[in-house]
Amino acid sequence: MNNKRNIMLTIAALVILFGVACFVQAEVNSYVRRIINLCLVYAIIGLSMNVTNGFAGQFSLGQAGFMAIGAYMVGIFTVPVELRADVFYAVPMNPHLVNVYMPLWMALILGGVLAAFVAGIIGTPVLRLRGDYLAIATLGFSEIIRIVITNATSITNGALGIKNIPPLNDVRYIFMAAAISYVLITLLLNSSYGRAFKAIREDEIAAEAMGISLFYHKNLAFMVSAFFAGIGGGLYGALLGTVDPKNFLFTLTYNFLLIIVLGGMGSVTGSMFGAIIVTAGLEYLRLFDEPMELMGIAIPLFRPGLRMVVFSILLMVCVLFWRRGIMGTNELTWEKIISFVKHPLSGFRKKGVQGK
Amino acid sequence: MELFQAITNMTAVSFAQHMVNGISLGSLYALIAIGYTMVYGILLMINFAHADIVMMACYFALFGITTFHIPWYLTFILTIAATALLGVIIERSAYRPLRDAPKNSVLISAIGASFLLENLANYLFSGRPLHFPDIPFLSSMIDLNGIQVQAICLFIPVVTLACLFLLLHIVNHTKTGMAMRAVSKDYEIARVMGVNIDNIISITFAIGSALAAIGAIMWGIRYPGITPYLGVMPGLKCFIAAVVGGIGNIKGAVIGGFILGLGEILIVAFFPQFSGYRDAFAFIMLLLILFYKPTGLLGEKMTEKV
Repeated sequence: MNNKRNIMLTIAALVILFGVACFVQAEVNSYVRRIINLCLVYAIIGLSMNVTNGFAGQFSLGQAGFMAIGAYMVGIFTVPVELRADVFYAVPMNPHLVNVYMPLWMALILGGVLAAFVAGIIGTPVLRLRGDYLAIATLGFSEIIRIVITNATSITNGALGIKNIPPLNDVRYIFMAAAISYVLITLLLNSSYGRAFKAIREDEIAAEAMGISLFYHKNLAFMVSAFFAGIGGGLYGALLGTVDPKNFLFTLTYNFLLIIVLGGMGSVTGSMFGAIIVTAGLEYLRLFDEPMELMGIAIPLFRPGLRMVVFSILLMVCVLFWRRGIMGTNELTWEKIISFVKHPLSGFRKKGVQGK
Repeated sequence: MELFQAITNMTAVSFAQHMVNGISLGSLYALIAIGYTMVYGILLMINFAHADIVMMACYFALFGITTFHIPWYLTFILTIAATALLGVIIERSAYRPLRDAPKNSVLISAIGASFLLENLANYLFSGRPLHFPDIPFLSSMIDLNGIQVQAICLFIPVVTLACLFLLLHIVNHTKTGMAMRAVSKDYEIARVMGVNIDNIISITFAIGSALAAIGAIMWGIRYPGITPYLGVMPGLKCFIAAVVGGIGNIKGAVIGGFILGLGEILIVAFFPQFSGYRDAFAFIMLLLILFYKPTGLLGEKMTEKV
């Protein structure tokens, strides 16, 4: 029973990481900060996707749509009122909204709540479907959200997108958001709800026979997932400084799919690792898009687009040969870290040490 | 009331024009939907890459004519063969290794294959839209009593129906077709009865991809801007068409394709104010059908085994 110790250790780790975030904010150049921020934002969204796909076992591909809702809430409400006429130059902004200003945190929460609300409406019919059908229906919904956003010109500025969002490149802020999301999602997944999710994932019929309401728990997982995707999307919008319907094509969801597949479907810590590896990796792979010279000879292979080819091959390789991902459905627990520190090699002999 | 006004405002000529457009679009959807429904019938998976097979077929035909200067009729035959081969290659490399894996892994692999093809096309052929070459006669506009139609529009439904009858003949009256039906009814029993499952699945992919290639060529002539992402939206809609018609049912896929194609065009024709929501029509249709008749119009009831 080391629960108390674990909580203390987690809090200590978060505090230390926050200290690191403050240091990074003060000392590191803005390009690196941007990548770190993107890692954190992708971690939030990857985590949210893992709630439905990894824990509740419902294969949903709607993340891009929910992100778009969050991002547009930030776009609509945090642009300074005096700059709005510049942004909405083609079609003036809706008069009810043009003077409404919100601080970022409020817009983020509003975006999350709206995304969860939309998910609740969508979930009722859609979550009756299984597997492939659910995937295609949620994909379709994420496109419908995008189509609605493109057409609601007086609110969202249509295809032109919203620019002039006050740029947020603050590691501390985004780290706090990521830490809060992490803690909340972990608490949820360790509660009876989380166990119900896992039961549904393992066997729906058995779970139902045990008295777990499928409809209620699936919907809950879907809404929680949408809520955090909305928050992540809002941070993404604030980080980019502009939102545009084209940013939220459903191919964006594939990034998070890779994150959870690589990290392990059904592992919170796995999603964290996945997010860091994928985001930093995608940045690093940018060198594939640049022309490259080897010993004075330009290699004709390197030109824009190669990065995404490598990225998709990575996804394929991961699914075909490494289906467990980094963590599988396991978590990196303090027990494992401590036992690793005490006996660095024992992990190779026996599989981890179970707590309790 | 509004609908009534919209209909009365429309002249017979413009209505006929919309019908021609709708039927040709519906036929294209039908051809592509057949590929989805056949694969789903046998493997119980969405072949996400099917949409990108269509896109690749467009590029094959385009480069055959423009870069390699092969006569167009020969190019079309080569394109169909190459696309069928591509379908088989995708099945062997991305789906076969996962035959016994959980369903979600197969789904992710299919998404990965689709994403890979798109990115590959983007890398190799650049993201700029390329113009599909004009085909003698087929690309030209003709005037039928005031209705302006592209000549290909008259051929599309004919070719689609011809393909449908040929396919129905293969499925219902040949030994291969019998094996296909056996595999889609019960995978394990078919294997026990001596059907070579792997071969049958490869043949299914080849046929589905060949039909997709025929659809793609006509798509290219009808809508000549070719981009790496051209297959995505039609692909989703065609899968929906297959679901609407009853997944696994070839005739159902064709009916679903026509419903979606005609519906999309006619809604925009009657309610121009909704033209921005044109792509949403298919998804609303999907939800309606899944809500009220989840097996689709012609689908069989499937019972879930515990």
